[in-house]
Amino acid sequence: MNFLPPKVASSKRRSLAALLGAAILVLGLAACSAPSGDAASTDDAARSASPTPTSTASTSAASTLEGTITVFAAASLTQTFTEIASDFEEANPGVTVELNFAGSSDLVTQITEGAPADVFASADLRNYTKLAEAGLTAGDAVNFATNTLTIAVPARNPAEIGNLSDLADADVKTVICAPQVPCGAATVTVTEAAGIVLTPVSEESSVTDVLGKVSSGEADAGLVYVTDVLAAGDEVEAIEFPESSSAVNTYPIVAVADSGADAAANTSAIAQAFIQYVTGTAGLGVLAEAGFGPPE
Amino acid sequence: MTNSRAGLSVRPTRRSGAGASSARYGGLPGWVIAAASLGALFVLLPLAAMILRVNWADFGALISSEASVAALLLSLRTSLTATLLCVIFGVPMALVLARAEFAGQRVLRSLVLLPLVLPPVVGGIALLYTFGRRGLLGQTLEVLGIQIAFSTTAVVLAQTFVALPFLVLSLEGSLRSVGTRYEAVAATLGASPSRVLTRVTLPLVLPALASGAVLSFARALGEFGATLTFAGSLQGVTRTLPLEIYLQRETDPDAAVALSLVLVVVAVVVVGLAHGAGLPTPWRRSGTNR
Repeated sequence: MNFLPPKVASSKRRSLAALLGAAILVLGLAACSAPSGDAASTDDAARSASPTPTSTASTSAASTLEGTITVFAAASLTQTFTEIASDFEEANPGVTVELNFAGSSDLVTQITEGAPADVFASADLRNYTKLAEAGLTAGDAVNFATNTLTIAVPARNPAEIGNLSDLADADVKTVICAPQVPCGAATVTVTEAAGIVLTPVSEESSVTDVLGKVSSGEADAGLVYVTDVLAAGDEVEAIEFPESSSAVNTYPIVAVADSGADAAANTSAIAQAFIQYVTGTAGLGVLAEAGFGPPE
Repeated sequence: MTNSRAGLSVRPTRRSGAGASSARYGGLPGWVIAAASLGALFVLLPLAAMILRVNWADFGALISSEASVAALLLSLRTSLTATLLCVIFGVPMALVLARAEFAGQRVLRSLVLLPLVLPPVVGGIALLYTFGRRGLLGQTLEVLGIQIAFSTTAVVLAQTFVALPFLVLSLEGSLRSVGTRYEAVAATLGASPSRVLTRVTLPLVLPALASGAVLSFARALGEFGATLTFAGSLQGVTRTLPLEIYLQRETDPDAAVALSLVLVVVAVVVVGLAHGAGLPTPWRRSGTNR
């Protein structure tokens, strides 16, 4: 028996809707992975809309600087650079510092794609070198901080981790960074130096994701930077291990070459002043408080 | 949607009057077409921009690396499983929402569709607090020897969670617009509820079920945030194609772009297949003739 009506809804239209829907969904991924790039372009719009800095400022002392600079800094610098930037703004009332935080390699991609950065603070030398090789740096880089790995465990250390070799235990759920990202590269160096082989349950693409797995208790241990554990609060405890000294991560800061001709001299003067501030006693103090090591 | 069938067949006929081609409808204002073109451009331009960046010389090598192949296979496997789960649970859910009447139905409907509007990361966190080691069900599962975190099961769960509403929504809408007349007739002729469901209701909404399943598959294939938050990322186990793309971007943008293109092509092929073969031909013919 057949109860079907002579005609159901237009099937053609329906499939077309499905096609469009699927295309949008797939593109959603691309959109998802580049939010900071969008933010950067918004910054650009905001910057060009703001009053143009006066040209006299570049010739006079630092205290009379006026204008806006955009600082691209590694995600691990979020807390410290937010603090340093507001201190710097306080010391230079005419200056506004726009901050953009993301993974160092994301930032390099954004800058090479034309994002308006005046200063780049990288979490490793590799990404700085990438930018320098692209001819987008102005002047020499200054190393301003170091960071080392530490073992992060959930509060009260349920798996009773004591040292690095404990992480190689098959029963311990260890989460590390993938070798493609800086913290993962450091992990490879450290484990090779210690002569152990880890069998991680997950290789995450960022420190944040490693910390997330540890703080939620999903993982028994993870390898992250000392500063990350300090910033994570009570959920996570750090267990230091001697082998960490084999992979010391150096943070360089450098001015970004100006692509736009307008007011170039002035923003570069502010950029230099900002770099000096970060590498000066005030900046280094903030960084040390957050657990960063002194520059080498 | 309620009366779209009647509307589609009647209105054009009335409007064109003497015209023989009643299906053609030329009364669209120019500004609608202009806005539609802009919208289409907005969707297609980024796609074109991505294709322009593909390094064709190394394309084959980039997409056939061990990591890429593992990610693609994992993605297809998990997305298919997730789609199957969506059909198994989504069809009954849509039926209950469209045909049953009970208190709090509207609220339940909104809640069930929530993953549509939730950022996937939030979905991942919610799943973590449910199936994670310290989660609501995690303790029980651990006693049973089941560990979901960092397993392929976690990927499937994350994908099902975000894809399920697509199937429920598309099927429920279709169930409502088809109405209950034929079901009522079948029932008066003595068909049991199960027989009405399998012989009348489901055949009526089969196109919607197919397109809903395709949408779910596409959503599962593109799933990123919930997987990253909930399942982790390990080659061959939990690192699906979107996660592989995200990771490759760190060191090898060319590989990331090549894999993105693969993802788009897979999605288009799947949707195209469903478009070409998923729907019974007699219906399609009758649909275009009238």
